[in-house]
Amino acid sequence: MSNLQELQKTINYDKTFDCVQCGYCLPACPTYETMEKETHSPRGRINLVKMVAEGKASVEDLRDPIEKCLGCMACTTVCPTDVQYGQILEGAKEVIEDHEVKSQAQKRTEDFLFGSFFPSKGWMKTLGNMTWFYQKSGLQSFANLTSVSKMAPLHLGYFEQIIPKQPSPRKRAKRTKRYLPKRKASAKVAFFTGCVMDSVFFETNQNTIDLMVRSGLEIVIPEQQTCCGALHAHAGKVQNSVELAKRNIRAFEEEEIDYIVNNAGGCGARLIEYHHLFEEGTKWRERAEQFVSRVKDISQILVDVEGLHFTKPVDKTITYQPSCHMSNVQGVKTPPLELLKKVPGLELKELERPEFCCGSAGIYNIVNYEESMEILDVKMKDVCSVHPERVVTTNPGCLLQMKLGIEREGQSEQMDAVHLVDLLLEAGPQV
Amino acid sequence: MEQWKEALQKHIQEERILTSLADRYSYSFDASFGEHLPEVVVQPSNRDEVVGILKVANEYKVPVYPRGQGTCLSGGPLPVHGGIVLDMSQWPESIDLRVDDLTVTVSPSVLTARINEEAMKHGLMYAPDPSSAHVATIGGNLAENSGGPRGLKYGVTKDFVLGLEVVTPEGEVIRTGGQTIKNVTGFDLTKLLVGSEGTLGVITEATLKLVPKPPAVQTLMVTFDNVHTAGKAISKTLTSGVLPSKLEFMDQACIQAVENFNPIGLPTHAAAIVIVELDGHPEALKVEKEIVQEIMESIGATDVVVPGNQEEADQIWHARKQVSPAIAKIKPTKVSEDATVPRSKIPDMMARLEDIKQKYNVEVVCFGHAGDGNLHPNILCDKRDQEEMKRAEQAVEELFQAAIDLGGTLSGEHGIGTMKAPFMESELGATGVGMMRRIKDAWDPNGIMNPGKIFAEKGQKLVLRDE
Repeated sequence: MSNLQELQKTINYDKTFDCVQCGYCLPACPTYETMEKETHSPRGRINLVKMVAEGKASVEDLRDPIEKCLGCMACTTVCPTDVQYGQILEGAKEVIEDHEVKSQAQKRTEDFLFGSFFPSKGWMKTLGNMTWFYQKSGLQSFANLTSVSKMAPLHLGYFEQIIPKQPSPRKRAKRTKRYLPKRKASAKVAFFTGCVMDSVFFETNQNTIDLMVRSGLEIVIPEQQTCCGALHAHAGKVQNSVELAKRNIRAFEEEEIDYIVNNAGGCGARLIEYHHLFEEGTKWRERAEQFVSRVKDISQILVDVEGLHFTKPVDKTITYQPSCHMSNVQGVKTPPLELLKKVPGLELKELERPEFCCGSAGIYNIVNYEESMEILDVKMKDVCSVHPERVVTTNPGCLLQMKLGIEREGQSEQMDAVHLVDLLLEAGPQV
Repeated sequence: MEQWKEALQKHIQEERILTSLADRYSYSFDASFGEHLPEVVVQPSNRDEVVGILKVANEYKVPVYPRGQGTCLSGGPLPVHGGIVLDMSQWPESIDLRVDDLTVTVSPSVLTARINEEAMKHGLMYAPDPSSAHVATIGGNLAENSGGPRGLKYGVTKDFVLGLEVVTPEGEVIRTGGQTIKNVTGFDLTKLLVGSEGTLGVITEATLKLVPKPPAVQTLMVTFDNVHTAGKAISKTLTSGVLPSKLEFMDQACIQAVENFNPIGLPTHAAAIVIVELDGHPEALKVEKEIVQEIMESIGATDVVVPGNQEEADQIWHARKQVSPAIAKIKPTKVSEDATVPRSKIPDMMARLEDIKQKYNVEVVCFGHAGDGNLHPNILCDKRDQEEMKRAEQAVEELFQAAIDLGGTLSGEHGIGTMKAPFMESELGATGVGMMRRIKDAWDPNGIMNPGKIFAEKGQKLVLRDE
């Protein structure tokens, strides 16, 4: 194969022909709205991918438009011809990544970050513990904690104040591998803990387990599980992503289970697309399909088992900010709302444009800080106009971003942001 | 840097002049065919900037192509000779509603659907409803004189324009028409500019007419086992004293495509489906519904479905909306035409389409606004197959000829642009096109406004293939 042919294959040139350039995606795209040019729209990006594949533009020309895409997939929900934008985007990222000449230092940082840091339980635990330590001790800023800050002009300092209170290392160590409900379990669930969720939002993970156990589910936590690989795929590191998928598929095959439950919209979106990573007809594809068929978001499983009712009124006005990956990729839209409606005392005020991304988008808000904040400002205008006391989300990235938005608006006295799971547990769930 | 590019910087902020290759390629296309790289893209946000840009362009004889959101199906905004793409979509939105006058004054960047949305809040309606209304700008709609299903009862864009503010190709500002419904002061330049496809100037503001919002609507779905009966039923309905707001048509290929794509229980054996929408007072609708039902049954419709509630009605319209994505599954490249014939000639046009389909061995499906004779024959092909695209080109040419032979026109609502320019003379004759040319030359002595559109260049042919 010639270089161009090879590039065409990686970049999914063939799939760009499904785009008829009707422009229906434009009003759905957050970056088209804030960055104000076609170059930062789905149609513009797909066209540029095509131009690169035809040798009319260089990979370098494609970099900025692709890096500035949130990957929120809102465009795919309005596309009349069902263009596989996600695959085109990932192909483009892979080509950009392959093409890039990186400095040694940058490579080392990235190898560490994607090869060791996110996939490692140890590191994630350390991150959580160190965060706890720094929070407790009031020493140095979070920004200096990891070598991440040397990678790019990151803005981790801004995030420091919004990281939730961390449990003590002892509490972390106390978690067991199996939880049994009081009565006979109705189904067996393997819990996918996620890496960021399990480090920064350890308490939310514990609450998730608690909710499921109360619902009469048996929970196992497969020890060999690792990062879902979403961040790797977003960064164009497809090979890493495949490796992680294999490790997870293996880890969740160890025991007979009915469901694989997660509580992070972004991770869930990755997990349910594992089969796309393997060629059709292969053994791995089959195993991935088995895996995918069991994946559910926590809100889905809680609605499905219908076990819980809520006894403690939560007298608050809330709004719900759905995770884009959960709505647009997993297609999970109504379960969180159904659960919220069951909580006594809650007044749910819906946003005017809930489907508009908050700008978190994996690590987008860290690597594209300015652009992310412009999107967040649009979101916060909508949030503030409904005057909620709480913003409920279903994904760690969105949760941090909403906390950041509340800080930026100077609204931290008036409102806070919580994960759906934490709110549900507060409402006294009982069978 | 070339002088004209430098001169532009005096009139507009630097960040609104886009020159990178990625940016230029992003404005090199629209929703039709062809890709042409402009030299710069400029994003004006007020009239004075447009004045400045056009003065520079006119002085240095650089072509200018106004563009809304690039949803055009005829190549209107394509920068075929390089130069400046004028991206009007980033202009701040302004919708100034005058409820007591039943008018609204809007900026060119406003999305068409937004105008209707605002009007509805006051019990009024902006009737033109192209299917891209939620994406397309009013500026683009004015330039192309867009239509839509409701055109049958209410008319198309031009029937709703009272006045315009326009920057001429020489950079002067004029106002045409005004605020009033009646206005016979001088030539009707408003109507000349609407549908002139950006060849006579840049529209920077428009005053539009609104109508009272109909209090209720009633949908009916009618099935036919042959197209001739459907044609007769349409004519009979329109002469019965009832004027539906919409009369939409789907042929068998469309019905089957929708059922293959997302089954909703349409009759796949039917030769055609006609969807009727009546609007007006609820009491009047009860009577009109019965009249239409009776006509359809007496003429030989195989089935008439009257939805019992809004949800069922929505389901029917959803089926109509599914046509576009469904037919895209047949083949990826869609050549969407809008040749229009006198209403009584719809069955003849359908027969001609069948011949064309056989002759050139191409996939043709047909749907559209049957009530006003505005059909949308779509040729489905694959851009990557050069040989098939060649056949598609021949099929399109013959399709245009068929419409003209039947007393119809090349374009009902998409515009001429680049795609249909070569066929203008066959409809209008050399003198007819010549008179238009004279108007164009008088308005735009240096030929800078949207060259290559409407008027064919020497030897220009329909090309759907990338060279």
